[in-house]
Order: sequence, then C-alpha cells, then structure tokens
Amino acid sequence: MFGKTARQDWIFLAIFAAFVLSMPVTLAPIGAGYPDLLQKFAIYGLFAIGFNILFGLTGYLSFGHAAFLGVGSYAAVWVFKLLTVNAVPAVIFAVLVAGLFAAAIGYVSLRRAGIYFSILTLAFAQMSYNLAYSVLTPLTNGETGLQVQLLAQGPVTDYINQDVRILDQWLGVKEVGVPSPSLFGIEMSGWPGFYFAAVMLIAGMFIAQRIFRSSFGMMLRAIKSNQTRLNYTGVNPRPYLLAAFVISGMYAGLAGALLAVIDPLAGAERMQWTASGEVVLMTILGGVGTLLGPFLGAALIKYAENIFSAINEKILHATFAWLPDGLQNAVVEIAGLFVGKGWHLTLGLLFMLIVIFLPGGLMEGFERLMRLFRRRGGAHAEREG
Amino acid sequence: MAAVLRIEDVHKSFGGLRALWEVNLDVEEGRVHAIIGPNGAGKSTLLNCLIGRLTPDRGTVTFEGRPLIGRKPHEINQMGIARVFQTPEIFEELTLLENLMIPAMAKRDGAFRLNAWRRVTRRGELMEEAEHILEEVGLAEQRHRVSAALSRGDKRRLELAMCLIQHPKLLLLDEPTAGMSRADTNNTIDLLKRIGEKGITKVIIEHDMHVVFSLADTISVLARGTFIAHGKPDEIRNDPKVQEAYLGGVEA
Repeated sequence: MFGKTARQDWIFLAIFAAFVLSMPVTLAPIGAGYPDLLQKFAIYGLFAIGFNILFGLTGYLSFGHAAFLGVGSYAAVWVFKLLTVNAVPAVIFAVLVAGLFAAAIGYVSLRRAGIYFSILTLAFAQMSYNLAYSVLTPLTNGETGLQVQLLAQGPVTDYINQDVRILDQWLGVKEVGVPSPSLFGIEMSGWPGFYFAAVMLIAGMFIAQRIFRSSFGMMLRAIKSNQTRLNYTGVNPRPYLLAAFVISGMYAGLAGALLAVIDPLAGAERMQWTASGEVVLMTILGGVGTLLGPFLGAALIKYAENIFSAINEKILHATFAWLPDGLQNAVVEIAGLFVGKGWHLTLGLLFMLIVIFLPGGLMEGFERLMRLFRRRGGAHAEREG
Repeated sequence: MAAVLRIEDVHKSFGGLRALWEVNLDVEEGRVHAIIGPNGAGKSTLLNCLIGRLTPDRGTVTFEGRPLIGRKPHEINQMGIARVFQTPEIFEELTLLENLMIPAMAKRDGAFRLNAWRRVTRRGELMEEAEHILEEVGLAEQRHRVSAALSRGDKRRLELAMCLIQHPKLLLLDEPTAGMSRADTNNTIDLLKRIGEKGITKVIIEHDMHVVFSLADTISVLARGTFIAHGKPDEIRNDPKVQEAYLGGVEA
C-alpha cells in the first residue's frame, strides 16, 4: 500500500480513464466496439468495483448484492415517473435508497461472519426478489416490470401506469409519447449512454482508489487479516464493516440506476441470486482485492457472454463444415451445449480454470507475465553485458 | 503504592471443572508482576477474564477503579490495557509499518472513525512514531516487508511494538518468550527491561523461570485455580509451598 505513491495513483487513474473513454475505438477490433456491450462493461464494472470494496478488503462475501442493484433500478425508474427524466436526480436518489437498504440489511447480516454472513445476505436478497413479485407489486409492478409511461391526463389514480413528472411539468418540458431518460436534453441511449456510464465508472474507480489508500481502507484490510488483534487494538470492527457494506451497496445502486438510465425498465430478475453470484464471479475472475481486477472480470464475463451466447447451431455447422458429416454432427452437438443459452457452462469452465490455476485472477496472470518478461529481459541484459 | 489492577474473589468454572477459585490479586502501578504456575493452573483463563474474552462467574476486576468485567475487548483496550498473545496476533498480510499504523490510528481515532478520503501516508506524525518504535525493537530494516515473512521471535517483537505504540498503562504479556531460542529470549528480556523504564505496569504470565526472575518485581503463584503465594522473587524461590507445587519439580 505504501509502495504506491500519490503520483503513481494519478497516472494509473489517467491511463484507466483514457482506456475506458477510448474503448469504442480500442475494443472495436475484437468486436466489442458497440454501445450496448460497452455500457455493460462500464455498469457491471462499477458493480464489481463496489463489491470488491466489501469482499476484497474485508473478506466478507456477500451473496446478495444484486438486491441493491435491483433497488437502484426501481428507485431510478420511480424518479423518472414522478419527477423528471433527467438522469442526475435518478442516479442520486437510487444511490441513496440503495445505501439505506444496504444499511438495514448490513446491520442484521454483519452480526455474523463467514459462511453465515453469506447465507444471511443471500436470504435477504431472495426475500427482496420474492417480495418484488408479491407484496411489493404496487411498487415494482411485479412480473411486468416498472416502466416509464405516458403522462397522466387529469387526476392520477394509478401511479404504475400514469406518470406525473412534477419537475419536468413545472419546467414546462413538452413530451411527445413516452420520453426516454436524458442528461439535460441528451438522450441516454447508445453512445451518450455509454459515455455517461463511463464517466461514472471513472469516478467510481477514483473513489475506490481513495478508499484503498485511506486509513479506512487499511482498517478494512486489517479486519480481513486478523479481527482478534484488531479487537485488542481498541477498534470496533462492526461500524467499519457496516460502512464498507453500505458503500458497496451504493455502488450497486449506482449500477442499477445506470441500467435504468440506459433502458428505463426495472424488473425483479435483476435481484435474483444468479445476478448476485455473477458479481462474485466477476470479482474473483479479475482479482479479489485489486483495484483493476473487478472491472476486468466484469468486462471479460460480459464479453464472453456476448460472444458465446450469440453462437448458434448454424454457425457451429459452418465452423466444423470441414469435418466428415457424422463427426460434424457429433461435434456440433457437444459444442452446442456450451454456446447460446448454455454459455454458462463455458463460464463455469473458465471460472474453474482460473480459480485452480490463477487463484489471484486475471491480475495474478498479468503479474506472472510481467515477472516472466522482466526475468527474460534481465537475462538478456546480462548476456548483452 | 496504589493498585492499578485489582482482582477480587474471581471464580470461573467450565462445566464441572473449577478453573479459577477465590482469586485475589493487586497489581501495583509501575511494577512488573509475574503470574506463574504449573500447566493447567488457570493462568490463561485468568488473563482471558481480564481482557473481556471470558466473563467470570463471580467476582470483580477493576482497572484504576473502573470495572472491567462486561466490557468488550476494544473498550478494555481503549482504557489503556494492551495484550501480547501466546502466539503472536499480528496482521500477517500487511507490512510491518502498516501493522504499527493501525494501533497508532486506533489510539488516536478511537473505536471508529470514517476517514476514507485522506491518504494514509499523509499522516506523517503517526508514520514517524511507527518508524521510531520499529527502530526501538530492531525491526526498522524490515518495515516494508509483509509481516507473515517474519521469524517467530520477530513476530513477537512486532506484536510488542504494536502494543507499545499505543502507550498503554498496563501491558499483559502471555508467555512472551514461548518457543524462542535462548538468544531471542535474552533479547526480549532486555527489550522488556528497557520499556520498563517508561513506567508501564506489566503483568507477565510465564513458564520460563529465567525470564520471571530477571524481570519480575513481584511474583504470584497460581496452582489448581487459586493463588498459593505472593511475594518478591527471593521469597517465592524459598517458599516451600511453591517448591512443592511447582518449582520443586522443575528446578531440582
């Protein structure tokens, strides 16, 4: 931690910002240069970076973070419906609501550590998911999902299907049809949506970096390292854990809000346990406890999802056309299990390989490569000398 | 001299086993008070009762007149009591400097303070103090190493440094030389003597008689859950009751 100077941190942040903002160009050669996918890189990157503040620093594995993502989405859509389609209030409100929600869940869950903590968070997230489909339908619109609707004409009887947008009305914004979220007039879909999410990602990375280097971050790492010693050092770990939990919940809320900004439809499936599991995979895949890792993991998973889920039988047949007929069918049959809807099978394999061979995730892989090059370089220099 | 730490009539049993029985002890300010006794005499149980890990069934423990029982470990530390464990409890994944910054910050900031924005390295005065203490315990060259890489003796020195940076009023040492070589033991004795000059009251639980007799001002002998003798090292050495219970078997 002390090894990194403030200057190195700024350089890292500058490179990161430059890379993120230039992704539309730099990632085009690998077929990722279009807004839908890059938006996902940025949004899920944020989600994972926030998750890593809890999991990476304190070692507390939450299996319910998707709940905060979902809450953020709902909160944002409600702002679109009631106040304004401007993205800024929606994002702020969603972050606050997710933070409050995280404070409540964290307060209860953090009474336990280890596996019991994980189970508690999982239980709360599943409860939220089920409530969104049942008791809370007046807030979530159940299976249909919460959407932006036309403005109400006359008195409002049904806030789910009739919007008011008080702020927009008061400012005299004219609406034709159902409006989409915007940032002071710039519609937030396609590239503008990506750049909005990218700026948020860079801000999120900056905040995470500050936390990593602060005394708060050091306390969090001390919690992971040895709670007994921390207790006998006069520190109460509970409020530190709760603060970390709330902060990472707010990141998730922000990610959820951005999903809603780009596509103003909030559904409960975002809260399902598979979504919570996905962010765990992203963080581990990229490198737990590193700054950059979670973003890389998120990007890798979203990229792989994009590639493998797009492959269908036709493409497979075309790929293996050079094989004899019978063999070709067999190969396509087997390969077909790993693509399309079955791409999670590929993800599972990838995950297993990384956890077994690179427990530190992609970041460990990079580090090993760097060391290898340096050693090669060193040997080379010696021979030259 | 006044007693800083006063243990009165403490009892503790585990199921049917009487671990502590009518334990009374006064530790005077600025003294080095050793508690010795054969294995299973209840030394660790007593220590755990002092620091909030265990709650006695009966009795009171007061520090500077304030009760200790029922307080959480971090509250007890905040009162000025630091503890060195039998197996060093340090932050293995962190560097030595970080290991010292954490107790220093805890001393300054209390049980909780949210400071998520400023860089730790900007807290110059804490850093200086950490470097100074590392120097004092002879670990300065290794300050940027991860503490898991230290030898056992060095880990213990680090743990001691982590306690010292908090300027405790009372230092509890649970077998501070267990598992150390002769040379390391003597180093530790020297170190403890040096920090003794700062007027920190110390309670040492120790097996090694060499350590006890070179450090202690007062010795209390615990046997089968209760104290059988208190006194100066010479008195204890010559006490037939003690020899029978403990020293007889070891020293003869």
